[in-house]
Amino acid sequence: METAAVLERETYLNASYGLKSWLLTKDHKRIAVLYFITVSIFFAIGGAFAGLIRLELLTPQADLVSAETYNKLFTMHGVIMVFFFLIPSIPATLGNFFLPMMIGARDLAFPRINLLSWYLLIGGGAFAIFAMVSGGVDTGWTFYTPFSTSYSNSYVIATALGIFIAGFSSILTGLNFVVTVHRMRAPGMTWFRMPLFVWAHYATSLIQILGTPVIAVTLLLVLCERSFHIGIFDPALGGDPILFEHLFWFYSHPAVYIMVLPGMGVINEIVSTYSRKPIYGYVFVAFSSMAIAVVGFLVWGHHLFVSGQSLYAGLVFSFLSYFVAIPSAVKVFNWTATLYKGSISFDTPMLYAFGFIGLFTIGGLTGLFVASLGMDVHVHDTYFVIAHFHYVMVGGTIMAYLGGVHYWWPKMTGRMYPEDFAKLSALLVFVGFNLTFFPQFILGYLGMPRRYHVYPPEFQVLHVLSTAGATVLALGYILPAIYFLWSLRYGKVAGSNPWRATGLEWDTPSPPPTHNFDRIPVVTHGAYDYSHIPGEEIEVG
Amino acid sequence: MDQHLEQSAHAGHAAHGEHPIDSVRTYALVLVVLLCLTIATALVATIDLGFFNIVVALGIAVTKMMFVIWFFMHVRYSTTLTRLVMVSGVLWLIILLTLAFADFATRGWLNVLG
Ligand SMILES: [Cu+2]
Repeated sequence: METAAVLERETYLNASYGLKSWLLTKDHKRIAVLYFITVSIFFAIGGAFAGLIRLELLTPQADLVSAETYNKLFTMHGVIMVFFFLIPSIPATLGNFFLPMMIGARDLAFPRINLLSWYLLIGGGAFAIFAMVSGGVDTGWTFYTPFSTSYSNSYVIATALGIFIAGFSSILTGLNFVVTVHRMRAPGMTWFRMPLFVWAHYATSLIQILGTPVIAVTLLLVLCERSFHIGIFDPALGGDPILFEHLFWFYSHPAVYIMVLPGMGVINEIVSTYSRKPIYGYVFVAFSSMAIAVVGFLVWGHHLFVSGQSLYAGLVFSFLSYFVAIPSAVKVFNWTATLYKGSISFDTPMLYAFGFIGLFTIGGLTGLFVASLGMDVHVHDTYFVIAHFHYVMVGGTIMAYLGGVHYWWPKMTGRMYPEDFAKLSALLVFVGFNLTFFPQFILGYLGMPRRYHVYPPEFQVLHVLSTAGATVLALGYILPAIYFLWSLRYGKVAGSNPWRATGLEWDTPSPPPTHNFDRIPVVTHGAYDYSHIPGEEIEVG
Repeated sequence: MDQHLEQSAHAGHAAHGEHPIDSVRTYALVLVVLLCLTIATALVATIDLGFFNIVVALGIAVTKMMFVIWFFMHVRYSTTLTRLVMVSGVLWLIILLTLAFADFATRGWLNVLG
């Protein structure tokens, strides 16, 4: 069905055919494609819940859903988006595909475990979807006790088990990446020659390995108390409900960095490629990823400022939270410095990168607002917090994810996407995103609490703006889905290096052969060395 | 293809192959030690040591854990990197406990709600 030009050479896509050749594959690139399809479906489901939430909030009254249904909608939106989309999104798709290629390896260190981790995500997702279709969960994605253990009548156990299983998928992916980076680098690929995308994934993997077991244990404890009434969190049984919040956020704050660090890695590659300059202060940026991974574990108590946590602990956590802004700022300043006097081109991935830098900065700086003890009393559990973390996760991670998918699409598929439509979609996403979430900062500051489906009429204008923005944002997400599928058959055939980028993944044909490189490359220069990349040339498609 | 398998096999081999295996005698000895410590835990539980109840119980538990890590999990023969992984796991547990107890220990200091 494909053109003769593509069929001539054996690639990972045409090496074998049939469902079995995909479902039992050990090729990291095929597993990345499986993940890509999976997380896209979860994104669509999570997005549909978000759409229903925004629709309900168009008017101050409850006209679309009941209070109970609304509780389930925002819970399942959060659970699906956090655990089944954002956590696996960049590492399991782009990381899986490109981490081995960027260090000159033929695959990950443990190809079978890589496939296993995809099946674990599917298994966990099956539990979560079972819970959804059976009646849903209403605890919020945070599963706070004692509601989740003693009072909720919804499918807490099935959902928690789903997250538990998906957690092992995350741990195994992290483990695979760490071992791969340590043991599979090509000759000459020293630690400080690795692309910063690899450094970011290495740091992410450490968080996945060190943090995820804690959420797994915590959810098991919730199950123990809910099913067997073992007193852990319920004060009536001798437990402490705030203990749950400590354990939950010990993982879930670093989990924000599992979501955003890989995005920062993507932005490094894009910013360097489209300004044709090495990343300014490479070593600082590499270590800032590691610093975020470590310091990110010391700040979780900023979620407990008004939960009954001791004020003294609050002071310590507030101080440490300010501290974690430093390595994040290092990255933003160094990207900006990289752009200085660069030869900048405004291709689609670069538009997403600009979007990321601006929106992540707003998300990060408002993080400092909510990390200060006094301010947090005012905005805690309001739309201010909702806006803050959507700027980080949607404005940050999803912008970087879309930028990365556009950037590497020619490499993954061997086809170019239509540039004009892609630029339009980047614009729609940026405008739609800001229209959706900026009004929520104001709503929250004015006192609109999160998780309510009715509200005073004076908030309606801002809610209508937000819902209108969500519609534009949805168009911005649907458009790429259409033209990416279109490009698979009709897109211009891509050369091996359409962006004239550095990085070993561009040294091999598009799409790559099953074993990535015909000959294992020998690396003689650092990442982002443009001196050996030819200048302007015209790709003949 | 061959090159690929060789590369994967190498990583797999180095991760869990190259160290000598302990003799059955050593394993049996460790098992006996662990069983003795378990009996000790049970016996100590019948004596009231006041504050030291928890100290002794946790002390015995940690000793048993070290035996398992050192012998059964082969950390005795592991590379520095593997030991670093073990140590960082413990270190992260200490972070969790320290900062969580920063809350629990100071919660009563201020005589106000919240
Ligand atoms: Cu946090």
